[in-house]
Amino acid sequence: MTNDHTPTSSPAAGAGPPEKPSRWAWVLRLLRKKEAGILIALIVLMALISFLKPQFADPDNLSRVCRQVAYTAIVALGVFFVILTGGIDLSVGWTVSLTGVICAWGMGTTAHSYLPLLEWGPLAGVCMGLAAGALVGAFNATVVCYVGVTPFIVTLGSMQMANGLVYVLTRGENILGVPKAFGEVGFGTVVGVPVPVIVLLLLAAAAHVTVTYTAFGRRLYAVGGNEEATRLSGINVRRVKFLAYVLSGLLSAVAGILYVAKFSSGQVDVGKGMELDAIAAAVIGGTSLMGGEGSVLGVLIGAMIMGVIRNGLVVMSVTPYWQQFIIGAIIVLAAVLDYLKSRRR
Amino acid sequence: MADALLEMRNISKSFPGVQALKGVSFSVGKGKIVCLLGENGAGKSTLMKILTGVYAADSGEMLLEGAPVRFRNTRDAHERGISIVFQEFNLCPNLSAMENLFLGNEVRGALGLLSYRRMREQALAAFRNLRMDIDPEALVKELGVAQQQMIEVAKALSLHTKILIMDEPTSALAEKEIANLFSIMRELRGRGISIVFISHKLNEVLEISDRVVCLKDGENSGEVATKSTSVDGLVMMMVGRELDHMYTRRKGKPSGEVVLEVRGLSSPPAVKDVSFKVRKGEIVGLAGLIGAGRTEVARLLIGADRKAAGVILLNGREVRIEHPADAVAHRIGYASEDRKQLGLVLPMTVRENTTLAVHRRILNALGLISAPRENAITDDYIEQLRIKVSSREQVTRNLSGGNQQKVVLAKWLAVQPQILILDEPTRGIDVGAKAEVHKIIADLADAGVSIIMISSELPEILNVSDRILVMHEGRLTADLPREEASEERIMKAAVA
Repeated sequence: MTNDHTPTSSPAAGAGPPEKPSRWAWVLRLLRKKEAGILIALIVLMALISFLKPQFADPDNLSRVCRQVAYTAIVALGVFFVILTGGIDLSVGWTVSLTGVICAWGMGTTAHSYLPLLEWGPLAGVCMGLAAGALVGAFNATVVCYVGVTPFIVTLGSMQMANGLVYVLTRGENILGVPKAFGEVGFGTVVGVPVPVIVLLLLAAAAHVTVTYTAFGRRLYAVGGNEEATRLSGINVRRVKFLAYVLSGLLSAVAGILYVAKFSSGQVDVGKGMELDAIAAAVIGGTSLMGGEGSVLGVLIGAMIMGVIRNGLVVMSVTPYWQQFIIGAIIVLAAVLDYLKSRRR
Repeated sequence: MADALLEMRNISKSFPGVQALKGVSFSVGKGKIVCLLGENGAGKSTLMKILTGVYAADSGEMLLEGAPVRFRNTRDAHERGISIVFQEFNLCPNLSAMENLFLGNEVRGALGLLSYRRMREQALAAFRNLRMDIDPEALVKELGVAQQQMIEVAKALSLHTKILIMDEPTSALAEKEIANLFSIMRELRGRGISIVFISHKLNEVLEISDRVVCLKDGENSGEVATKSTSVDGLVMMMVGRELDHMYTRRKGKPSGEVVLEVRGLSSPPAVKDVSFKVRKGEIVGLAGLIGAGRTEVARLLIGADRKAAGVILLNGREVRIEHPADAVAHRIGYASEDRKQLGLVLPMTVRENTTLAVHRRILNALGLISAPRENAITDDYIEQLRIKVSSREQVTRNLSGGNQQKVVLAKWLAVQPQILILDEPTRGIDVGAKAEVHKIIADLADAGVSIIMISSELPEILNVSDRILVMHEGRLTADLPREEASEERIMKAAVA
């Protein structure tokens, strides 16, 4: 996370009077950033859990937390694009399953007997998974942008469609036959860092550059801040929103593919309910559900907070029922804080 | 004033970083119309919000009929007879006139259920009381601005209303509707109701008020009986100096070259067969009553709405404009009358709003936004338009109306427009900023930009434009050179 942070603070902090450079100036600058509050919350939370249950702070456990967080965070980054425009994407969870299943099928032996062209290894499966994700996104985008239906209901429907498709394709059974090597790469480590975490960090860096330094990114915020004013400024709002939904589908597919590596199979239920964790991570990270506000760093911290709480509750042997309750309560809390923050303006 | 109905003494109020009011005094006599005057940011709204219980004053006291009062909220104030009609309406467009009228105060019949029959009767009586012919069952979204405003007034009035505060009630109304509003205000005054009238339009202030109280930078800056003052006197109180010209006459003249030609532009029922030409560097005023179709013409020109028929020629060549992006590509800008909803992305900064329409200009070789380029463009316009901001990173939501309008102008100037359509460019902004906007318009025209200015203020139309087009019910009814135009001729064309 620190990797991602360095580029944020220096060029973006153009505002404000120049202060006397001191050894601790960077701390002050950090504290003044919007993400400072939740970052402190995360640190306090981790310290608290480590104090109560020292085994939480065990490097193996922390690595496990990061690995678990990576999948949710990747999906959350996708939803983040959509929420920035003032929309929502509920279909991401089942898209993870759908793309995973399609990816696994594309890699599997069954596929080879149908389509000999797929002989060229796991790449075909990956491409098929990504294409499926982009297609789900394009479908959502078409109905939202060109027909004009509310994103909530469109993606609620396409979530069920993706869910249905998963069962149509698999009849409820996980898809096996994924090459062993793919699992070893996709669930392995590079210099000790789990591959999903590396993928997440690369994607987060790319997402950060996109929202901060590209015209498309600027337009995401503008559309979420005032769609009509943006349109009247000569910006093709539909295209901006379209791309956001496609990116959301694509990033879900990345998570789906990484899960295929983790389980060496296409798991039917793996993405079930993930949309809620992803949206919660974005909101906890300061993304406004009204659109136009949020940052990649915030989303990462938000996902981390969700992951730490989940793991912490397990480490502290809280019963699963109470775990669910507590996580729900934290989401409500985050929403309340978001509301208070917007009212103070 | 010993016999004041309401007296506010030494009111102070500060917000983080701003001292909004410094020991302000304000009083209202029974059955009087008092105008509260001042530039935007002078503290008028804050004072009225304290009066109606929205804010609590930091210090000072309020006396109502001689007894100290303190309101906890607007409801409290309303119950003691002080009501406010805000500049921006607070109506539910999807509900009927009577449902809005009784919102929060529903008329109940047997079993505690709503009684639409009695609601209807009472609503009719209330509207008749204001001499307004409004169908109580009509949906608010289908009513005109003037009628919506009367619903607000009817809502604010109750049997025991003593003071009615009206915040820029005329800013959205056309001349005829304003006259009607004024006659209602006079009638209310006749019934012993006191009115606090907030307006920027000095002629209106002179016409309707009995007394004028002026604020400047959060302090009292003058108080005068209306009878004994003039426009110049009021301006002096507001800005502390006498402006020798309210309007800047442009130095240059339009050239002969036609830049824009519109033929048979139609989108019934709002716009019917509108044709006109605009020359290079010409300021064309577009006058007419509210609802005459002026804004609709602008929206058709920039491709914000679909036209049913019509041809647009730019520099003699026909162009297709189907989306605002096409208009921007042809360097046509449109600054809407509704800055907050259609002009700015309020949560974004001055910088982000300024460059919103010119992202291509601020990208570097890698296709990424170049901060130096973006900052340079922004600073350029902040300086050129004298936008008062603490930094280019200030969020536009927190700017005054005049400065917001300048940011909108900056956004369109960044496009380097050949045609700039300005829709009510000075609505709701203070006198000082208004003069500056007029100067900017004149300078732009002198620099060769063709300007179409929609305005409902006749003096503005007459003083700023080179040529004046008048619309009535979707059609152009007059095309007058400045020399031949007069308020009377424009009004005549606007009503028939």
